[in-house]
Amino acid sequence: MGFQHYILVCGGTGCESNKADEIFRHLIREVEEQKLDEKVQVVKTGCFGFCAQGPIVKILPEESFYVNVVPDDAQELVTEHIVKGRPVERLLYREADSKKHARVDDISFYQKQFRIVLRNCGFINPEEISEYIARDGYAALEKVLFEMAPEQVIDELKSSGLRGRGGAGYPTWMKWNFTRGAEGERKYVVCNADEGDPGAYMDRSILEGDPHSVLEAMAICGRTIGADKGYIYIRAEYPLAIGRLERAIAQAKEYGLLGEGILGSDFSFDVELRLGAGAFVCGEETALLASIEGERGMPRPRPPFPSVKGLWGMPTVINNVETFANIPVILVRGAEWFGRIGTEESKGTKVFALTGKIKNSGLVEVPMGTPLRDIVYNIGGGIPDGKQFKAVQTGGPSGGVITAEHLDTPIDYEHLQELGSIMGSGGMIVMDETDCMVDVTKFYLDFTVEESCGKCAPCRVGGRKLHNILTRISKGQGVPEDIDKMRRIGRAMTKASLCGLGQTAPNPILSTLRFFQAEYDAHINDSLCPAGKCKDLVHFEIITENCIGCGLCARRCPVLCISGERRQPHEIDQERCIKCGECFAVCKFNAVLRA
Amino acid sequence: MAKMTLDDLRKLRDAKRRELDMRDAENKTIQVIVGMGTSGIAAGAKDTLAAFLTELEQHGLSNVSLRQTGSLGLDHAEPTVEVRMSDMPTVIYGKVTPEIAEKIVRKHILGKTLVNDHIYDRPAADIMEGTKE
Repeated sequence: MGFQHYILVCGGTGCESNKADEIFRHLIREVEEQKLDEKVQVVKTGCFGFCAQGPIVKILPEESFYVNVVPDDAQELVTEHIVKGRPVERLLYREADSKKHARVDDISFYQKQFRIVLRNCGFINPEEISEYIARDGYAALEKVLFEMAPEQVIDELKSSGLRGRGGAGYPTWMKWNFTRGAEGERKYVVCNADEGDPGAYMDRSILEGDPHSVLEAMAICGRTIGADKGYIYIRAEYPLAIGRLERAIAQAKEYGLLGEGILGSDFSFDVELRLGAGAFVCGEETALLASIEGERGMPRPRPPFPSVKGLWGMPTVINNVETFANIPVILVRGAEWFGRIGTEESKGTKVFALTGKIKNSGLVEVPMGTPLRDIVYNIGGGIPDGKQFKAVQTGGPSGGVITAEHLDTPIDYEHLQELGSIMGSGGMIVMDETDCMVDVTKFYLDFTVEESCGKCAPCRVGGRKLHNILTRISKGQGVPEDIDKMRRIGRAMTKASLCGLGQTAPNPILSTLRFFQAEYDAHINDSLCPAGKCKDLVHFEIITENCIGCGLCARRCPVLCISGERRQPHEIDQERCIKCGECFAVCKFNAVLRA
Repeated sequence: MAKMTLDDLRKLRDAKRRELDMRDAENKTIQVIVGMGTSGIAAGAKDTLAAFLTELEQHGLSNVSLRQTGSLGLDHAEPTVEVRMSDMPTVIYGKVTPEIAEKIVRKHILGKTLVNDHIYDRPAADIMEGTKE
């Protein structure tokens, strides 16, 4: 027999520094004094998030979530909660008012995330179709085949308010409806799994954790628009996802859920994989289609849109992995249920890949409209090492930054656009005070210049020009006119580029100029990099008076350019220094000067 | 498996659901579920899985089913492992190295006590709960 209660004390660094350890010891003492040690186990855990409200204590099996606990609360928690069986109300977590957007009532109140798309990830064995089936899998396909007319499916999607999760947020029902109405001998369903934004990996996780949800949705789409063939365009760099998809397709065929006459109906649908070679531009829909056809992956002007002339000139629906993964749930639970989640204009949830300077990195799925602050501080646990939050980059190379003053902005398509960023596929890179905005922007321009297909001049030439200017600025060789010039080139690219890649490539510049122009000015006017990141503008020196000769910096230096006798002031060989800043970070005596 | 009709699919769903429920309710079987997404594997989930296999065998624990699943999304805490068994709350362990795997078998499964420092919070409630008829 296990214990009757488990008291979990958060042992994350944030809680630890707030006396979590003392709480832990008080609780153990209390449990022993009240002779409960056979009934209660006190356990220390990993980080629970919500660090700003730590220390956190959670009691199982009741799942009570206590916040801001102090060591003196230990007695009350044990006497009240454990002995008398009533929760200590004053310590229970209460949802802040700011979070009162439409929530589904049956979700316990302290849940940080709400998972529709990731509903099966981490629950089922992705290589076992029956486990998917047991969790309502292929129940939506059943409905679509035997109970619903195609028009009803489109109506249901329309009233659900589902919008494309690949970035632009185009209403899914419209794509399906156009393609359904378009003339063509054959029609196609394409799943865009060419996830290319640096730092985004939600599609990979969905395909690895729940491949059948995408296959089911593609079959539903096929039935609705009148297609019998689907392609999943996935990057070859995702071998595990490819392997699981291949297995899932084989199992679905074996069970008669793909292939000829699905479930004894007259509907046939087949799915094939097409592997991409990792070109970012192939995530653009027309380039993606060209690549499936075996052509070079380059975009073409739209219209005609793929819903009219798509794959091999036939009407085609292209949806992103995450969009597809929503569809079976919407059809089983109903549009009304789905419509209660999220905001007026943006329904449902969004999965974000939270990375960068954040304690708890990982995949996060929250209702649309959740404030950024909740994602960064509650779920993500805030910034590590006591550093200051600076900005969050969303939308990858097509997006922009959101600053501290906008942390309470509800995250949805419209609000992000107003701030000059985009939802994009959902990469969210957190940056702290040590990140230089010029440097970060240069990284994204490196990326888009490298990935530009070169077909249209605004993107090919404009991107290179912007990159050259940024490089100059980061070396302290910028001139004040550069700022205006970058804005002008950026606007021209936005207007004149052929596809989304070029149209959005200047976004990181335009956005950082909007919020951090002072940082550009410092680089240009004072040859100064305030964050100390731009290597040409920073140098490290040892302050002789402060150096005690401990040798720590010399041992940490990756290029061994620091020398000196023990207990004597050390010296940095400026010729060989690569300006990595390790010595600065490691010195405990403020003896390394960064200038 | 021959191709299914609608009836077959429904029967399979019910049967499999009962099977999974039974595991939850009566817990004839103890389940150890290892997260095997790319991030889990990169963090060493394959070694963790192997360690569980060895450890379970050594203790002759034939009532434990060792399963795999996709990523829970707790990338900072990979590799993650969920343990489900009777008399114990269902728990997600994170940063499960082979040594911690050994501890989980010894303390959690055999000793019925939770293992310190490695418990993480489930990121979200299961939306599929309560939808079963």
